[in-house]
Amino acid sequence: MQIYLPIAEISVNLILLLGLGGVVGLLSGMFGVGGGFLITPLLFFMGIPPAVAVATGANQIVASSISGVLAHLRRKTVDLRMGTVLLIGGLIGAALGMAAFNVLRQMGQVDLLVRLCYVLFLGVIGGLMLIESLRSWRRIRGGARPKRRQHRWVHGLPFKMRFRTSGLYISAIPPLLVGALVGVLAAIMGVGGGFIMVPAMIYLLGMPTKVVVGTSLFQIIFITGFTTMAHAVTNQTVDMALAVILLVGGVIGAQLGTRIGAHLKAEQLRILLAALVLAVCGKLALDLVLRPEDLYSLSETGAV
Amino acid sequence: MAMFRLALVLLFCMTLPIRAETVVAGLSQTRISINTSFQGSEILVFGAVKREAPIPAEKLDVIITVQGPAVPVTVRRKARRLGIWVNTESVEVDRAPSFYSVSTTAPLSQALSQTEDLRHQVSIDRAIRAVGVADGAENVPAFIQALIRIRMRAGLYQMQPNTISLIEDTLFRTGVALPANLTEGDYVTRIFLTRGGQVIDMHQTTIPVRKVGLERWIFNLAHRQPLIYGLLSVLIAVIAGWGASAVFRYFRA
Repeated sequence: MQIYLPIAEISVNLILLLGLGGVVGLLSGMFGVGGGFLITPLLFFMGIPPAVAVATGANQIVASSISGVLAHLRRKTVDLRMGTVLLIGGLIGAALGMAAFNVLRQMGQVDLLVRLCYVLFLGVIGGLMLIESLRSWRRIRGGARPKRRQHRWVHGLPFKMRFRTSGLYISAIPPLLVGALVGVLAAIMGVGGGFIMVPAMIYLLGMPTKVVVGTSLFQIIFITGFTTMAHAVTNQTVDMALAVILLVGGVIGAQLGTRIGAHLKAEQLRILLAALVLAVCGKLALDLVLRPEDLYSLSETGAV
Repeated sequence: MAMFRLALVLLFCMTLPIRAETVVAGLSQTRISINTSFQGSEILVFGAVKREAPIPAEKLDVIITVQGPAVPVTVRRKARRLGIWVNTESVEVDRAPSFYSVSTTAPLSQALSQTEDLRHQVSIDRAIRAVGVADGAENVPAFIQALIRIRMRAGLYQMQPNTISLIEDTLFRTGVALPANLTEGDYVTRIFLTRGGQVIDMHQTTIPVRKVGLERWIFNLAHRQPLIYGLLSVLIAVIAGWGASAVFRYFRA
């Protein structure tokens, strides 16, 4: 069953799109990642123009994140206070990232930058997460209790705030910086940034894994909402029809994902996410290193 | 004076092309509507050769071209730098048709001479070059060839020799397949009659390709009211997310 998309100007298979939305929604609910790092490349692969894929992907993530965050709110696993601090940083970062993106696009190298960003961040984060989670998994299986690390450099900074849900009393500066960094990357890479946010919250801020997913989803809603608006206003590349199809699959997937996530152990969840991040990273790295099938590529200057 | 005037009229008549054969043609569709279930379309081009003189001995050929609206396009070439493939050189093609199809009764080189191709810009090469290439890297022809190759692979440029059926040197017909990823705009159909590579008549019509219904509405809103469109997109996402959550809770309760 084919459907014609009005902004992407292409005819695609409806069932395939629904399935894609569903799978990404499932991951979103399970891991607290927006799924943008998966949905955007997969949409490219279906032949949807990159600009439309990035903008519409952001729109779809808004819906799946809301669906996920509501489920987390009911289980009280969202640190709203931390989320708000991260969000303020994130919005500043996203605005900066958008400006940088436009400058780089004029230089014609934005595609390379985006890919390099993906490979670098996915590789480093995936690798670290895998090592860390394998280590702690082994520790738990060995019967030893994971001990809570205390007194890191983040604890010495001013402007301390109490984050009750996370059980933290730390300075507001690190979360603001983390938020801003993720915001910049989110705008450049066209993703929610959950795959960077989640590990940053666990390893940099020391938040408990239980609240990380909900809090990450909470701020992703706003970041991707902002990105959607920015793309709609500046480039007119948000495809409403495509977004709605992805949403229908995505929101259902997100609900199921949250249920599944609740039954898995935090360490298992982290190993799975790390494996997924590394797989996407590997694929992108291969594309950069292997000789492309066609050395030439087209971009319609009018459409993008 | 009268004689001079007569001579002038005679001279004028002689310089006019002698249109012994003219083309009469029609299309199966007068417009193409892109709706939600649009999956590409086929237009049937048919017609007849009208003549007031006996059929000349030389072989008659028919060439039909369909051309979509021209859009500027950037062609980039990758090269290996520090072990990874990056875009290095690029050529801006001012105007390249978004769709171009050539159907003929014989191989194009036989049906049309080089000079006539140059004059009417029939072949794919000419159709692109005609509209101009901006400056850029060296070796521009390689970039143009790449553009043609990529678009041919996507079915956007079609070279279809021997696909027109010509009956009794009078009736002709052919089908032109339009892919699903059509650019909106006016598609120009040209029908050439040639003998010995020379164009003896040409007929041109336009088919508008337009989005209709919901597709039209979404497209217009996105371009005319981007702010409202963006807000609406986000709102739909919010409602969908909340709705799914509510529905799931209802089922669980």
